Parts: sequence; C-alpha cells; structure tokens
Amino acid sequence: MIEQPRIVKICDILEESANVRTLFFKRILDFMPGQFVMVWIPLLDEKPFTISYMQKDIAGISVLKRGIFTQALHAKKIGDSIGIRGPYGKGFHTQTKLNACVVGGGIGMASLATLVDALSDITIIQGARTSSEIIYKTRFPEMKLCTDDGSFGFKGTTVDFLRELLNTRTFHKVYTCGPEKMMYQVVELCKNRGIDCEASLDRYMKCGFGVCGQCDCSGQRVCIEGPVFTATELSRMEDFGRIHILKTGERITI
Amino acid sequence: MSSIDLSVHLCNIRLSNPTILASGILGTTRALLKRVAESGAGAVTTKSISNEPREGHKNPTVITFDGGMLNAVGYSNPGVDAAAREFSNLQVINVPVIASVIGTQKEDFARVVDGLSDTNFSAIEIPLSCPHTPGFGLLAGQGTPEATFAITSEIRKITKLPIFVKLSPNIPEICTVAKAAEDAGADAITAVNSMGPGMIINIEAQKPILHFKVGGVTGDALRPIAIRCVYDLYKAVNIPIIGVGGVSTGRHSIEMMMAGASAVGIGTGVYYRGIDVFKKVCEEMVQWMEENNFDNINSIIGIAHD
Repeated sequence: MIEQPRIVKICDILEESANVRTLFFKRILDFMPGQFVMVWIPLLDEKPFTISYMQKDIAGISVLKRGIFTQALHAKKIGDSIGIRGPYGKGFHTQTKLNACVVGGGIGMASLATLVDALSDITIIQGARTSSEIIYKTRFPEMKLCTDDGSFGFKGTTVDFLRELLNTRTFHKVYTCGPEKMMYQVVELCKNRGIDCEASLDRYMKCGFGVCGQCDCSGQRVCIEGPVFTATELSRMEDFGRIHILKTGERITI
Repeated sequence: MSSIDLSVHLCNIRLSNPTILASGILGTTRALLKRVAESGAGAVTTKSISNEPREGHKNPTVITFDGGMLNAVGYSNPGVDAAAREFSNLQVINVPVIASVIGTQKEDFARVVDGLSDTNFSAIEIPLSCPHTPGFGLLAGQGTPEATFAITSEIRKITKLPIFVKLSPNIPEICTVAKAAEDAGADAITAVNSMGPGMIINIEAQKPILHFKVGGVTGDALRPIAIRCVYDLYKAVNIPIIGVGGVSTGRHSIEMMMAGASAVGIGTGVYYRGIDVFKKVCEEMVQWMEENNFDNINSIIGIAHD
C-alpha cells in the first residue's frame, strides 16, 4: 500500500458540543472501530483522528478544538477539502452478542462511537468536565453521563461511576478511551473485578505505519501494535499511565 | 538448524549477523532498540542526536511511493542530555548499539560525543549527508572532503570508539569524501544516506505532500545507486563499508555484500516487511548460501569485483 493522503471533500458538518464538531466526507474506508486515519491540511500539518461515524460511504471525524490544527479543521466549511490516509492500527476486538461497557472520557468518546454502533448489548458511560462538553447526547440517548462539576448526570469521574455500577452488575468486556490516567484506573478496576478490558492509547504520531518510532510506548508502536491494547498487553507496558513522549522524543511524566 | 554462521566483524565489533538497524528508523527509545535487537538485528543505530532538543519538521514527515519512501523528519530528538538518559543502561540490549551524532559545527558534534561518554555505545556514526534539514548535512556543506575531514578529525580527538562516517549518494566524488574521512581517522564508511531530496505532489491538493516539501528518497529506488556507491568505495578505501540503501531481502543483502559491504543497514525494509525484517533477511541469506554452496559470509564480501 502506498502511504499518501487522498483528498476528500467535506459534505456535512455537525456541532457535537461547545468545542467539538464532526466533519463528514465521502470515502469508503475498510475501517474497524478503534483504528485511526491521518488527516492532512496541505501546508499546515497532519494528525491522527479516529473515525467516529461510518455509514456505507460516508465517514466522519469528531474534532475537539484545542490547537492550531484543530482550529483550522473547525474553520473548514462544507465543500472544503482535507487529505486522509489510512486507516491504520489495530482496532477493538468485538464479540457482538456479549454484553459490554464503553467508558469514554472527553473526546476519547469519539473512538468508542463506531464500536457502540457495532455492539447490541452495550452500556455507555461518558465523562466530561462540564455539561456543555458532553458529545453524542442525541446519538446515544441511553448514555450514562458523568460530569466533574456535577452540571449534568452523575457528579464525579467515570471511574467512580463504573465502580458503583460493578457493585450491582458485571460485563463481559469493558472498552475505554480518554485521558490516560482515567484509562489506567479503568483497566486496574477491571483487572480487580476479573473483567476483560481494552484501551485505546493516544501518542504524538508521525508516519502512522510503524517506521518512525515517535509513538513508542514501552517498545510497542502505538500506530501499528495499537492504538488499542488489551489489559494483558498494557500490564507489560510500564509507560502506560505514566509516560508520554514529546515531539522531540523526550519522555515526560503525565 | 543450519551450520552457516552469519557473524561478521566490523572494526573489532562482533556482530552475530551483518544486518544493522539504520539510523532514523525506530531508534527513538531504548525500548524500541531492544525490540529491534530481539527481532534479529546484528546491531542497532539510534535516531540522530544533536546538542539541543529538536522538534523536527511538521507532518507529513514520512510518506511512501511505488519506489520506496520519502522522508523529511528533520532530526527530531531530545538533545544530548535527555538522549544520554534515554540510552543509559544499554546492557539490556544484547547487540552493539551505534550512536548517530549530528551537529551544525564540528564543535557541536564533539559536544554530543562528549555528552554520551558515560553511555555504553559501541560506535559513533556521523551522517554528514542529510539532504533535507537546514543547518545539518548537505544543507550545511558537511558533505565536502574538507568539511568531512575537519568534523571527523575533531571527533577522533575525543573518542576511542570506532567512528562511522555516513555519506551521501548525491555526490559524484563520493570516493574523495570517503578518503578524506579515512585520512581523518574514520574506522568505517556508512554508504549511503537517503538521496535527493525528492518531491511528491498531491495533484488534487496541488501541493507537495511533505510539510518540508522535499525529502530524502530511500527504499527500492535507492538500491542500485547504493550498490554502485559501495562498489566504488570498496576499491577506494581500506576501511570497512556498511552498505545501506533499499535492502529488504536476503538477496539484496547478499548483493550489497558482494559489492563490498562488511555489514548491511536496513531502514525502509521495516516498512516493506515489518519489524522482523532483520530475521527474515538473515534466514533468506542462509538459504541462499546453502543453495549456492557458500558456508562463510565473509567470503562473499567484495566478490563482485574483478
């Protein structure tokens, strides 16, 4: 496969929250929930995004506005173009008939959304800092919502909510994506309760296909061996929940 | 199990096989170098280390095409102090580790080599040949015989480790540059760096894809040029040559050694065949040697010469 971006036109835009919007484009992608694409704005930059909607020939990426690149994506209008390459990486392992739970924190919910679409018996937990940052509220009306400030739903973290929930019921599998400290706690909680768990990691990426070494996490290339890892794999990755690598390659404690 | 032994000696460093992870691919962390060693490489090279931290070019930095790969990563690295921490305790890696060292001035190279003096690197490689990073390599005039001599001499003064000088395939007088490196005390020549720079334009966007617009060409497109450079260098210098450029199979590796390489770098091969390309190349070399009645890898070095 030749790893170069292909240009797609934005065909629709959906406001998901105060600072998240979804850009839709026409493109048939051989995509598994949890995989990602590299999104290119010519002359500006290129960054990884999960596909958050996948319907026949229409795909969508949900973009949180937080830096120059995501601001530029937010400035795109219907009819504007972006470059897409991928999908890349390993997605979530799914068993459609078994009951499962997804735990999303912030924009991490985007990488769980197509997984929710694919599963039939699913409990959805989303955590946000405040009510205006909750996404997919009408898309997943049955979603259990947690806010740090208590402005909507459960006041507290998704980890607190999941812990309480597990006192009364269990799941065959828990999938999580969000801030790494949150995912670390979800994975630990599931291990303690004997529940199978998978987490999708976020690292600064360059090539996306396993040659540059930028997205290393304890010898695993997040772009190719990940971004989804099983709890067993994560337990061998010392950097999970602790260390990120900056653009320069320097390790920092998270 | 085959009786064929692939081990080679490179400047008194024993390699269990001739494959070396080339600089710039996967060499960002100790953990990844360890994994590459466990994937069969005979030696591994770090991503290039400069005195100061560098973020490198913006993305896209690495793309591919039907003839190989085009990259302009721009020497992102955490700087020598953080690199010395990252690459401490190299004993956990069971093959020799080569430090790739870059600088804008010869004193700069020396500071980096000095900053790594408490680590356990087996050799220092200096790429004086990068075609796509302002301030370094070709864009800083480091590829001339004079600059190559000056930089190599400066490093020779402060380290006893073997010095490998990595050369550009772009320069017609590559043998003159190699001799300047040899005269300055280099212990081996690494040939070659990426060629070019080249450019790939996305015709729908009507713009070059790489953020830096141009980048070094590696992979299949580079191999015949790398083979020719190694062939010419083998006649021109008396120090060993590490052949790099488009090697991703056992046949390529044999070809490179027949041209005169004592060891073979693999970089873009990781893209073609995965992280275990080293093991695959070695297995294919053994198979070829069995089929063609060679039992000693050293006997094929330079065999293509008259």
